[in-house]
Amino acid sequence: MSMHLAVLPILLPLFGGLFMLLPPFSGPENYQRRRFAALLLMVLQISCSVGLMLQVMQQGPTFYALGNWQAPFGIVLFADRLSMLLVVLNGILGLGATLYAFAGVDREGKYFHPLLQFQLMGINGAFLTGDLFNLFVFFEVLLIASYALLIHGGGKQKTLANVHYVILNLIGSSLFLFALGTLYGTTGTLNIADMALRIAQLSAGEQVIAKAGGLLLLIVFGLKAAMLPLHFWLPRTYAAASAPVAALFAIMTKVGIYGIFRVYTVIFGEQAGELANMVQPWIWPLAFLTIIVGSIGALASPNLRHLSANLVVISVGTLLIAFALRTPQATAAGLFYLVHSTLVTGALFLIADMVGQQRGKALDWFVMARKVSQPALLGILFFVGAMTVAGLPPFSGFIGKLVVLQSAHSAAEILWIWPIILIAGLITIIALSRAGTTMFWRYTGEGDRSQVQRVSRWQVSAVILLLLGSPLMVIFGAVVTDYTTAAATELHQLQGLFEVMNLQEATK
Amino acid sequence: MEALYVFCVGMLTFCGIFLCLRGRTFPVVLGLTLLSYAVNLFLFSSGRLQLDGAAILGISDSYTDPLPQALVLTAIVIGFAMIAFVVILAMRARADLGNDFVDGREPPDADQAIKPTRGKV
Repeated sequence: MSMHLAVLPILLPLFGGLFMLLPPFSGPENYQRRRFAALLLMVLQISCSVGLMLQVMQQGPTFYALGNWQAPFGIVLFADRLSMLLVVLNGILGLGATLYAFAGVDREGKYFHPLLQFQLMGINGAFLTGDLFNLFVFFEVLLIASYALLIHGGGKQKTLANVHYVILNLIGSSLFLFALGTLYGTTGTLNIADMALRIAQLSAGEQVIAKAGGLLLLIVFGLKAAMLPLHFWLPRTYAAASAPVAALFAIMTKVGIYGIFRVYTVIFGEQAGELANMVQPWIWPLAFLTIIVGSIGALASPNLRHLSANLVVISVGTLLIAFALRTPQATAAGLFYLVHSTLVTGALFLIADMVGQQRGKALDWFVMARKVSQPALLGILFFVGAMTVAGLPPFSGFIGKLVVLQSAHSAAEILWIWPIILIAGLITIIALSRAGTTMFWRYTGEGDRSQVQRVSRWQVSAVILLLLGSPLMVIFGAVVTDYTTAAATELHQLQGLFEVMNLQEATK
Repeated sequence: MEALYVFCVGMLTFCGIFLCLRGRTFPVVLGLTLLSYAVNLFLFSSGRLQLDGAAILGISDSYTDPLPQALVLTAIVIGFAMIAFVVILAMRARADLGNDFVDGREPPDADQAIKPTRGKV
């Protein structure tokens, strides 16, 4: 069983999602059964991922050859600390979204839970695969599930956002295939580790082509990650999606970030000869601009969902800075920040929906409206979320930003990185305090309380689950930073990767 | 053969990108379709173009790379599903938003865009 553990995070949601489309679970009247099955699947999936994570921690990275075709010829799944961290994170976020959807979102359409499972399958697959074309396939799986989830429930805003999202991502997929064709044509392999071996042996003419392919890949990952000139789709899409879907989408940008970390550390990393670190000069300015534009967007946001979406953009910029520093220490800091920012932005989307539910037509817009009927509960949740995302102690955002700042060493790096990240933090605080005061303290009378829906226990438990990550990451800070440091070292040391996959150099 | 192939792929890509940048959903869908054709041909050529080569060992003297063919097959299937989805989505958007513009509303200079004045000159 433990032999096949690596493929379970993909197979469980796949078959679980399929079974939920079949008779005992299908049909509008059987929604309780679907909920039970979804909860069971999430628990199973998380326990499998944690089991695999522990196995990876004890025995080092493993690879799983699908159909027993060995690397580099077959498709392999590759589980190391980095991918397992993200798979577990995905499971927790998926559980949060599932719990939140129990409050009623999943009854707006028939297929919410199956679609959510397919989306989780795609994301897990993208994190686990060790093959570039397979990465494309899993990208498409998670994308087509996300297209359907985004429009779930229907409505004008969702359709409008979905048209942009789908068209952009289809163009992105075409570019991905162009990039893959280019890289395959020059290196003759699609296995990420094998490509890393061969990229340094290319002739000068082939290197130019491989560089073009690599930069095309950057556009694709940048589109997924919402890197600066490609981020315009994000705020509207995330704001239009229903709350649990938006919360789950918080990890979608991280799939792009993961792709950047994996591809440009392993394939175009230190050992790539002429092509070593070729994207770094591009990433630096784009990362800064992403943070700046995200901050401006945060100040200009008219409602809490837009604000949260812009906070996602800021976190993407911070992660890109952690990437651009190109040291294992910076990567470790980035991973810590990634886990923190994914959980807390996911929670903020859920809080925005809960607040909006109690403010009548004003929803979560920053205008005067009726008072929320559970100010203490929602206020505390919002306050904790805001403190965390802004990076104030004692929450995980503080440590997350601190480690990113600490990983800048040279004077030039410090001179650029510190002011930008700190000012972005200040702007976040300003935007969030404006949001909080308007939503909780400025209201027009008590209003008619009889119609107001109280937040359900499912919703509260989902938000608490996601917010709980923050104090836990502080209390077990040493464990988490040890883990991320080990994961970053593993990512940067390619020799271990080649040994695991039994690949030899100079097999041209 | 190479020159003709390259010209075709380039032309398809050019037309695809041009149509993707149009304002209405129908040309955009057509553009995405052309782009996916271009991608499929491009992927096929990544294993080098070769005449009379077999993809299976032991059948003929010259061999061709079988992997791009598998990749193209996968890309065709995925591309087909995605185009089908975007067609349905475009129809849904036409119904929901009341027009067929990608932005969901008519641009201010829509009259010029739709009826070029050259017919009257």
